[in-house]
Amino acid sequence: MPELADLTISEARQRLDRGDLTAVELTRSCLAAMTAKQDLNAFITETPDIALARAGESDERRVRGKTLGAMDGIPVAIKDLYCTEGVLTTAGSHILDGFVPTYESTVTANLRAAGSVMLGKTNLDEFAMGSANVTSYYGPVKSPWKISDGKDRVPGGSSGGSAAAVAAGLCLGATGTDTGGSIRQPASFSGIVGMKPTYGRCSRWGIVAFASSLDQPGPMTRTVADAAIMLQAMAGHDPKDSTSAPIGLPDFAAALTNDVRGMKIGIPREYVIDGMPGEIEALWRKGAEMFRDAGAEMIDISLPHTRFALPAYYIVAPAEASSNLARYDGVRYGLRVPGETLDEMYARTRAEGFGEEVRRRIMIGAYVLSAGYYDAYYVQAQKVRTRIAEDFTAAFSKVDAILTPTAPSAAFAIGEKMDDPLAMYLNDVFTVPSSMAGLPGISVPAGLSAEGLPLGLQLISRPFDEETLFRAAGVLERQAQFTARPAGPGE
Amino acid sequence: MTYLIEGETGAWEVVVGLEVHAQVRSRAKLFSGAATEFGADPNTQVSLVDAAMPGMLPVLNGFCVEQAVKTGLGLNAEINLHSVFERKNYFYADLPQGYQISQFQHPIVGGGIVTLDMADGQSREIGIERLHMEQDAGKSMHDQDPGLSFIDLNRAGVCLMEIVSMPDIRSPEEAGEFVRKLRSILRYLGTCDGNMEQGSMRADVNVSVRKPGEDYRTRTETKNVNSIKFIMQVVEIEAMRQVEVWEQGGEVVQETRLFDVARNETRPMRSKEFAHDYRYFPDPDLLPLKLSQAFVDDIRATLPELPDQKKVRFMTAYGLSSYDAGVLVQEQDTARYFEEVAVGRDGKQAANWVTSNLFGALNRLGLTISDSPVSAGNLGKLLDLQSADVISGRIAKEVFELMLETGDDPVRIVEAKGLKQITDSGAIEAAVDAAILANPEQAQQIRDGNDKAIGWFVGQVMQATGGKANPGSVNQMLRAKLSAN
Repeated sequence: MPELADLTISEARQRLDRGDLTAVELTRSCLAAMTAKQDLNAFITETPDIALARAGESDERRVRGKTLGAMDGIPVAIKDLYCTEGVLTTAGSHILDGFVPTYESTVTANLRAAGSVMLGKTNLDEFAMGSANVTSYYGPVKSPWKISDGKDRVPGGSSGGSAAAVAAGLCLGATGTDTGGSIRQPASFSGIVGMKPTYGRCSRWGIVAFASSLDQPGPMTRTVADAAIMLQAMAGHDPKDSTSAPIGLPDFAAALTNDVRGMKIGIPREYVIDGMPGEIEALWRKGAEMFRDAGAEMIDISLPHTRFALPAYYIVAPAEASSNLARYDGVRYGLRVPGETLDEMYARTRAEGFGEEVRRRIMIGAYVLSAGYYDAYYVQAQKVRTRIAEDFTAAFSKVDAILTPTAPSAAFAIGEKMDDPLAMYLNDVFTVPSSMAGLPGISVPAGLSAEGLPLGLQLISRPFDEETLFRAAGVLERQAQFTARPAGPGE
Repeated sequence: MTYLIEGETGAWEVVVGLEVHAQVRSRAKLFSGAATEFGADPNTQVSLVDAAMPGMLPVLNGFCVEQAVKTGLGLNAEINLHSVFERKNYFYADLPQGYQISQFQHPIVGGGIVTLDMADGQSREIGIERLHMEQDAGKSMHDQDPGLSFIDLNRAGVCLMEIVSMPDIRSPEEAGEFVRKLRSILRYLGTCDGNMEQGSMRADVNVSVRKPGEDYRTRTETKNVNSIKFIMQVVEIEAMRQVEVWEQGGEVVQETRLFDVARNETRPMRSKEFAHDYRYFPDPDLLPLKLSQAFVDDIRATLPELPDQKKVRFMTAYGLSSYDAGVLVQEQDTARYFEEVAVGRDGKQAANWVTSNLFGALNRLGLTISDSPVSAGNLGKLLDLQSADVISGRIAKEVFELMLETGDDPVRIVEAKGLKQITDSGAIEAAVDAAILANPEQAQQIRDGNDKAIGWFVGQVMQATGGKANPGSVNQMLRAKLSAN
């Protein structure tokens, strides 16, 4: 019999409603799985007491007929970039040592208000900077997917702990954050669904900032329907975030009609890149066929500025990060390494507190914003960003959604690409353009590599048209029939 | 009047531009709901946003925007319907975010004009280059502990307006008058309380010197000068210093300086204190600020009568001189007081009483007009008593002194002290006759045509009546009686 923790949110929901399962039982199953799979290092902090207390409250509500909605009693994991009241919040960094927020991020508060159960805080690349979850101060996360070579695979990043936890059946869903692909790429590597909403759909309040104009929270789940259910509970306008969109929420789950007949789906020719494995291209073609079979119209489109997206992203994101991370100075919270002078304290605290990749991006960011370079880099990158957005606007006058690979490869082994930041940055080549344009995107598991590792396909839609995105993703999921699961605990 | 410094090589002109930081009057901070009250215990008015806790985001306080627009309109300035908040990045312990949110390339207010009325009767127009909104930093305290610095974040995030003048100021007096006028306008608008001693207003003073007719020479910037007197001092001593540097064959260096009040000198800040590359860029947590013309027009409709307009009205409605009107409108309380006295009365007389007698007395007593013991209503009554010939001007001054002491109604004082002018002609005649009888020699001189002694006689009669006779009637009656021959 499959573990309870392996249920989808929809299945668990039905069983909770029928009364043949309690939230406490479900939560205990997840907590047991977390203990069994501690070697994955998916969690930085486990919160079993909070989980069981909230599960108990959920069961009481259910008894009284006061259930809060589709997420009530559903155990989820929270990326440790979300501030959680009274629970250590690290951002995967040494510099936030001992930081326990007195406040709860809007998204996790929304999830809690919807009755969901927090199991713990998941590991991530330090300050969400990375594509393999290898930059965390708390050590790398191992993907639950194993293949015959015996080497541990990365789960992708930066939401690697969340991806691994969902893939390994330690939780029913998890929150991620996506700046340039940090939800979608690990979803692709881990064989799960990862959804980045439109910039402004979810509040950023209370989430440790990496690059403010790009960061966006989103759900990571085992099915498209679950992503729709979970996003419903996470999203909504928040007056505390000035960039949060003051618009209402549609019923995301209702958008899953399983019908894409007449939908126009674009295939951007610029997403064929040098050195991309043949199996990725083949999967992409297969995906297009699946849509054609389902009655969608496939249209070749052009997004001419695609190749400028990644370089521009690696100017904009570090620029914002260099400023956003200035507050970690050892003065008010987190790590402080004393020095003889204030400047010395800053230097020591930040040198010791930040890892190599974070320091690299702060340096890049400070450089591109500095006098004499600002126009050549930052201003230029912003212009590129405008062009990229215009590319998408033009494309969406012809198509309703765009289909691309999520990542240019399957998961690689832990340790690979570690000494080559540029190769690492290429992981996000297909996810960054839509991030730069603020568009919603979703990665759906669509097949296995020759080695037996999961591969995802990405769908992108118009801003605030997550409904079309879910509708198309639901059909892709049905057509792809991706049923492979990582090795169970006994294997 | 041109202010020139006479050096060994001739006359030098002073060129001054001011950057005035004015704290916006608002209950909450620019991007957080924390309170802004002055004098609270350290770190009691600090929100999570002000302390830059992880994940916190700024939300613009709309009232601060209204205040900035109102100020812009009060400075006759252009309001920019599109402005942008940017981050000014630097590290300091009292700057929790590691950046100050400010406006840089696109300020909310553009060019404007402030008109100065100088003491010599001339008026001067000083250009305003821009006004932008920004966050204040916290306060570092280095004197609380031998080894540690303490930080008070109460001020952190409070909304400041930085008002930048054009380099149009040419003397210490103009610099002082500019700040005085600016403060007056801000107080009229209610956008800044102007309390320099509490730090609500402070200025960075940019000074250079040049030979008349030359292009600008290198300027220095003296930071954070916090009184009008000090601003004037800085202009003076910094200009003198620069003249000396140039005349000794040296070169003035563009630098940031500090004013040392105790030594009355400016000196350069250590380069580390200002050598920043601020790495400005638009704050991605905030959308560009877009205002509608209707929003600006609505604020324009609420503007009070400002000092310049009030001055013109006082001149036309009450016949005041430009100088008197200027003095009376500087503070709203004074203008209100004056107008209560003047309305329905002789405006010039009212102005004289307020600017000389009242101001003199308040100065002496160390009081402001709002706690004047003589209310505007009572001063008006005093003027009425005088103009109705119930009392003479001399008695009026006496009554005024009693009013200052007691705060009493002048009508009651005059009654109680029996100070009413004698209007009974019989009584006056008796006093005149008595005076003539007592002073036959002087009477004869007048009869012989020496008019000068009339004044002396009037004095005698006034003395005899305790000042209560009407000097006009006494004069008339004396002439009638002594010119008969």
